Formats: sequence, C-alpha cells, structure tokens
Amino acid sequence: MSSSIQTKNFNLYYGTFRALIDVNLDIPGQRITAMIGPSGCGKSTLLRSFNRMNDLIEGVHVNGQVLVRGEDIFREDTDLISLRKKVGMVFQRPNPFPLSVYNNITFGLEVHRLRKRREFSRIVEESLRDVMLWDTLKDRLDRTALSLSLEQQQRLCIARVLAMKPEIILMDEPCSSLDPIATLKIEELMQTLKAHYTIVIVTHNMQQAARASDLTGFMYLGKLIEFNETPVLFTRPADKMTENYISGKFG
Amino acid sequence: MIRAHFEECIGKLEKELMDMGDLVVQAIRLSMKALQTLDTGEAEKIITEDKQINHMRRDMEHKCINLIATQQPVATDLREIISLLDIVSNLERMGDHAKGIAQIVKMNGPQPLLTPLAEIPQMADKTVDMIRKSLDAFINRDADSATRIFNEDNTIDGLKERVYRELFRHMVENPKATTQATYLIWATHNLERIADRVTNICEQILFLVNG
Ligand SMILES: Nc1ncnc2c1ncn2[C@@H]1O[C@H](COP(=O)(O)OP(=O)(O)O)[C@@H](O)[C@H]1O
Ligand SMILES: [Mg+2]
Repeated sequence: MSSSIQTKNFNLYYGTFRALIDVNLDIPGQRITAMIGPSGCGKSTLLRSFNRMNDLIEGVHVNGQVLVRGEDIFREDTDLISLRKKVGMVFQRPNPFPLSVYNNITFGLEVHRLRKRREFSRIVEESLRDVMLWDTLKDRLDRTALSLSLEQQQRLCIARVLAMKPEIILMDEPCSSLDPIATLKIEELMQTLKAHYTIVIVTHNMQQAARASDLTGFMYLGKLIEFNETPVLFTRPADKMTENYISGKFG
Repeated sequence: MIRAHFEECIGKLEKELMDMGDLVVQAIRLSMKALQTLDTGEAEKIITEDKQINHMRRDMEHKCINLIATQQPVATDLREIISLLDIVSNLERMGDHAKGIAQIVKMNGPQPLLTPLAEIPQMADKTVDMIRKSLDAFINRDADSATRIFNEDNTIDGLKERVYRELFRHMVENPKATTQATYLIWATHNLERIADRVTNICEQILFLVNG
C-alpha cells in the first residue's frame, strides 16, 4: 500500500510549548485513518500540519519532516496554494460561505483560477453528486447555503473540497455538530469517498473511529502512542495507555 | 457504507457458519461410517480434521469480536452476533463429539462390534438432520421451526434409552462383552450430546428472534 502522508520525527512548537513530540506516522492512501485522544493531545495540530495550516498561527515552528506523497512539504519552495489544493480540509462546524450553493463550490475554483468558467457547472454537478446532494439541490442551486440543514451544509463543505480535486481530505471532528443520524450519513459518505482519496479524520468520538476508520492512531500529550489497524487497536491494543483510554478509564 | 458493510460482514459470517456446519455434519457421518466399518485409518483422519473445525471457530470468533468492537452493534444486530458466537461454539463442540466417536473406533480396534448397530446410525442420521434444520432455522430466523427441532430431541433421547437398555442387557448376559458394550455406550452418549447442542442452537434462535 503506497503511503500518502508520512511524518518523520516531527515536532511542532507553539512558541516554547512543544505540542507534537517526535511523531512518526505512515498514512496509506485509499484508507480512512482516524486520530483519537483526549482533548488537547495534539490531534488538530497534527492534522493542520498536513497542509501547513499551522503556518497561519503566530509563533509556530517545526522540525522533522512531513512528506505528502513523498514530498517534504516544509521545504522552502513548497507552493502552499497547490499543497492546500492537494490536501483539502473539512472543519468541525460546517462553514459554508454566505453565498449560493453553486457559488460555494465555484468560489475556490475562481479564486485559484483552477478551471475554465464553462467547466464550472459540470464540476458543481459532479461534486454535489459525490456527496449525494445533487438530487436534492439540483433545482435550488441558487439558494443560499445557509438555508441548508447542518448535515447538508457539511456535505456541501465536503463537496467544496472535492471540487478542488484533492488527493487527501482532512476532517477535523466533521460530525461534532451533527446529530447521530446525520453523523452516520457522513460516515457513509466517507466510505464511498475513500476509494479515491486518502481520508484522515480527527475525532473525539471513539465509537466513530472504531466504526468508520481502517486505521487508528491514539495520541496523548503530543505523542503518537499507538498506530494500528482499527480492529486490532480496539480489540488488542498494544499499549496499556491506549487500552485505558479506549476503555474510558481516563480522558 | 457503514450499514452495508456491517450487513456484508454478517452475511459472510453466516456463510462461514453454514460451511462449518457442513464440516461438522461430515465429521459425524464419517465417524459413523468408521464405527460401522471399524476403520481406524478413517478414525485417525477424523481426529486430524477436527483441527480445521477448531480453527474455523477461532477465526469466526475473532471476526465477531472485531465487529462488536468496531461497529457497536445494538438490538437485533447485537443478538445476531451473540447468537453467531454461541452457535459457532456449539458446532465446534459437536465436532469434538464426532472426534470422540472416532477415538472409540481406535480403542475398539479390529474386534467385531457387539450387536448390529441399527439404532446408533439411526440416531446419527436424525441428529445430522436436526443440525441441518437448526442452521436453516437460524438463517431464516424461524422460531417455529426452532421450537419443533428442539422437541425432536425427545426422539433422540428415546433412541438412546433403547440402545442403552440393549447394551446393558448384553453386559449382564455376557460380562466379557462389557468393554465393548461400554465403547458403544460412549458412542451413543456422544450422539446424544450432539443433539443436546442442537437444542442449544434452537434456544439461541428463540433468543435471536424473540429477544
Ligand atoms: N494556536 C495555539 N497557540 C498555542 N497553543 C495552542 C494553539 N492551538 C493549540 N494549542 C495547544 O496545543 C495543544 C494541542 O492542541 P490541539 O491540537 O488543538 O489538540 P486536540 O485537537 O487534540 O484537542 C493543546 O495543549 C493546546 O492548548
Ligand atoms: Mg481538536
């Protein structure tokens, strides 16, 4: 299995605070990888490292390596725009732009001048189909995205990422503002997407990681404690700390 | 798809359960044949092949545990997996009983058997029939059928009583035949235990269907 994201002795500091400590990780493509761990252990920080979103934060510095498809993304000459196009991100709360459904999807294409305008409607349709919104919204593309249900908004946000033709999709607690049914639907969507993308999801919901992922990493205080096939991690964790956490003995 | 994935896994497990049932039925049939023909070579083979049944049990248990840990099944889904686990372990123990009969064949060696065995193979046929029907009832979630099969165990107990009486009579009339009669009592006991395990499966089906 080809690796999609690799980290090598990766450390990240917020000022003097070391938020990620010697993280070594190898995330394969066409799989769903979940990162779990108690609040503040560094899951989001790690996820944001994969497309250098932490660069936007004052005082951040890193050492070690993050390789995306073999390329060291912290090299000087990395093109951040194309990196973030290749490595898309879905956030905790659906954050559609206060624009129409259609323009939510075309916005990024326009900003980055990625496609010819005449291709837009095809891309809108494809992206909405991929997130299973097309049939519901095809006659209402000019409606404001803010009028959609939260689940639909989150789907739209995923469609917006898909429109950029990414290779990797990062999701930071993508279901935490959704009800259980909507959560399951997003999880199902992830399953259909994984054939074509590398998906990395951060979740504080262990059951979700167990259900929806192929691989799971457990983090604690900035360290990656254990990384394993999901069924193995949830039935025979190698580390006592993982066992305690997934059994609800701390966290 | 999460739901589809779960159902696919259950479907595969049910298929494996039926395959395991086939192996167990085959082991029982072969053990009867070995007993009737006093074929110790065949008996040896049954004993070796029991490992395959044990292996299937472990493998299926492992898969069930993974499903419980990762899919957090509830309600019917949970009862389904618990039932699978239970039935798998009952089938595996049936395999052990078939092995037990094979071991008796080895112990008996080439000495001709005591009486014509008519009722023992009849018990075996009946038991095999109950196993097959109970697995079908499981797959079809058929509680009525499970109840009927459960009651068929009385027939097995009746046959067992008759065989025992016959063999006890032999022992009394001919004390030299005691060892051989005892072998056949053990063989009969193994069959009776197999049928008991079918009733466990039937109870499990009622649990699955009725909660
Ligand atoms: N912008 C920031 N500035 C300083 N510290 C931060 C910042 N963001 C996160 N941290 C700290 O880094 C650690 C990891 O945070 P985070 O990656 O958000 O954890 P998680 O996603 O696992 O809850 C926490 O101790 C948090 O307080
Ligand atoms: Mg976080």
